Amino acid sequence: MKLLISNGHLIDPAAGENSGRDLLIEDGKVAGIFKPGEIKGDDCEVFDASGCIVAPGFIDMHVHLREPGQEHKETIASGCAAAVAGGWTSVCPMPNTNPVNDNAAITRYMIEQAERAGLANVFPIGAITKSSDGGELAEMGEMKAAGAVAVSDDGRPVPNAGIMRRAMQYAADFDLPVIDHCEDKSLSNGGVMHEGKISLLLGLKGMPSLAEEIDVVRDILLASDTGAHIHIAHISTAGAVDAVRRAKSEGVRITCEAAPHHFTLTDAAVEGYDTNTKMAPPLRSQLDRDAIRTGLADGTIDAIATDHAPHHADEKSLEYDRAPFGIIGLETAIGLALTELVHAGIIDLVRFVELCSTNPARILSLDGRGTLKAGSIADVTILDPDNVWTYNVAESLSRSRNSPFDGRELRGRVRATIVKGKIVYDRT
Amino acid sequence: MNTEKPYRRRDLLGIRELAASDIVGILDTAENFREISNREVKKVPALRGKTVINLFFESSTRTRTSFELAAKRLSADAVNISVSSSSLSKGETLLDTAANLDAMAPDCIVVRHSSAGVPHRLAKVSRAAIVNAGDGANEHPTQALLDAMTIREHKGQIDGLSVAIIGDIVHSRVARSNIHLLTKLGATVRVAGPRTLVPKDFSFLVEGQKLADGVKPLEVCDHVEDAIRGADVVMILRIQRERQDSAFFPSLSEYSIHYGLTNDRLDLARKDAIVLHPGPMNRGIEIASDVADSSRSLILDQVKYGVAVRMAVLYLATGGSPSES
Repeated sequence: MKLLISNGHLIDPAAGENSGRDLLIEDGKVAGIFKPGEIKGDDCEVFDASGCIVAPGFIDMHVHLREPGQEHKETIASGCAAAVAGGWTSVCPMPNTNPVNDNAAITRYMIEQAERAGLANVFPIGAITKSSDGGELAEMGEMKAAGAVAVSDDGRPVPNAGIMRRAMQYAADFDLPVIDHCEDKSLSNGGVMHEGKISLLLGLKGMPSLAEEIDVVRDILLASDTGAHIHIAHISTAGAVDAVRRAKSEGVRITCEAAPHHFTLTDAAVEGYDTNTKMAPPLRSQLDRDAIRTGLADGTIDAIATDHAPHHADEKSLEYDRAPFGIIGLETAIGLALTELVHAGIIDLVRFVELCSTNPARILSLDGRGTLKAGSIADVTILDPDNVWTYNVAESLSRSRNSPFDGRELRGRVRATIVKGKIVYDRT
Repeated sequence: MNTEKPYRRRDLLGIRELAASDIVGILDTAENFREISNREVKKVPALRGKTVINLFFESSTRTRTSFELAAKRLSADAVNISVSSSSLSKGETLLDTAANLDAMAPDCIVVRHSSAGVPHRLAKVSRAAIVNAGDGANEHPTQALLDAMTIREHKGQIDGLSVAIIGDIVHSRVARSNIHLLTKLGATVRVAGPRTLVPKDFSFLVEGQKLADGVKPLEVCDHVEDAIRGADVVMILRIQRERQDSAFFPSLSEYSIHYGLTNDRLDLARKDAIVLHPGPMNRGIEIASDVADSSRSLILDQVKYGVAVRMAVLYLATGGSPSES
């Protein structure tokens, strides 16, 4: 079974490719990259990618798939359907399921559910501590053997620096990156939006930037002490970006990701009290948003990750300060990144592919992914960078509808998504 | 749901959304309604056949009674729903409750809620006019209007006055509504209190408002005395003990010593300065009893004007035209 993707513009930073190239896929692997027309394709299925970007499959290293335990919000199958419709060939679900993914049995279950769905690859992230309650370490070695690619207590960050230090020492033994949702809850406690002008104006309790930055700085010190790899999830403040930039220049093993809503929106969007503007970390100030954009451009920020966080409409229709944190993002991320970053001239397409594929694969050590070199796994994202479209959340493949981007016009859209050589999404 | 509001129905979500002329229109209308409460028969037919629902998710005696009397003195049918009897405790969402009430075709829903933004969300889904009777720490527009009416009555005008607001500014919807209203009508406001309750950068609440050159519409003072010095009006906020989920100051006695309004502190204000308090008072904490009971304290006037202001608000929200002064 051969698949030839012809007439596309192939971008693969890991292979140094950025030109018109045909891609030949055979038995789920990349057979080779060829000059246009070099392969006739008589014995192949041919996908005409004229006008499109052909890139190594995009890897969203931060999603919430809600299964097991909260299937009314999302299942692994519905989340994977939304992922491939958004151009993501792989997703990494956080462990805050019910029960928490703090052991190999849950990790295996998630991967099996993903295999049954047969859409995106699922690489689970295991918990740092049992039940993510910040106490005893979870069985990281066993989870890694079952397929976990990192550990995190996302959403319930380990407050105790001593336990975090031990977790980083232990995770380093298994070469597992430790991903931290940086939020000192003694500073953010009770807050529902960014602390600043708009929170004062709206009478909503603020979460200060400080709550994020104090944990980022703590983690930098712990990473340099332990030699472990720390990855900062959804970085959102100018101060946090500065801290990571400094740490990188000092050789600390640190990487970080940014979410599309943090490089697109500011806290001004909270005006009107739409609960789809409520997430943690919150939408920050203009200055912070600009710092995220700069960090994406200058290499400080390594990855774009959605923090896709489905919540049921009943929960999101609560009062602003009682509604849960989080928004869905799998189907809007690429359109937002192309519109807000690439077409706005902040990054080029090569950097965009690095942020969505090359770097996540490197951070998570996903061998054979994040590149289209011959022999790689044939995960491919095909994009139409100039397609102008309007996001309609009612058509989302997610089970949830909590997006602040409903009705937003975007430029750039996925055309097709290929996972292990199989076309799992095709918009044509 | 058809959420288009019938002709001329208007929400009152906050003072922030109003122009100075809107505020003056409400105050002038309230002036005309004032004397109704002094009549032997305290009733006019202005809102006959209209339905007003008082939807209170947070306990209140004064404000709810004031709205209820205002509706009844205008001959509206008024229904009170309080949190204990609401469906929210049965798991119904806020918007379901609103949709159900809306189906009964009220003309106006007066809502109080401990969460900021609830009136704004209801206004988007309800055909009734929504009147904000206090939403979390956001706004309490009718309180600011009745304060303004009290000030106008005693000072003649608001333009050019200096007003001190003392206490828990950050959690206070009364402070927010008053700051918007007073600065829109040309007063300058100085706020003070414990630094834990008075953010340094609070002055951008009124960013963009222009007074005469060099005059700041809103100033955050380091000391209570600096705010009160030379003030025409001293407004004391209630220490909301029930809203303090964590301690912002060590004790009530320390608060009263360092931030409470005593006669000594009031002496720093202008000789003819007046004292306002939105009530209910914590005597001996934010305001000394002798100040509260002095002739400069207009707390009962505020309550009296509250009914007239709410009559005006209900009348205008349900389609009435403002009076002209």
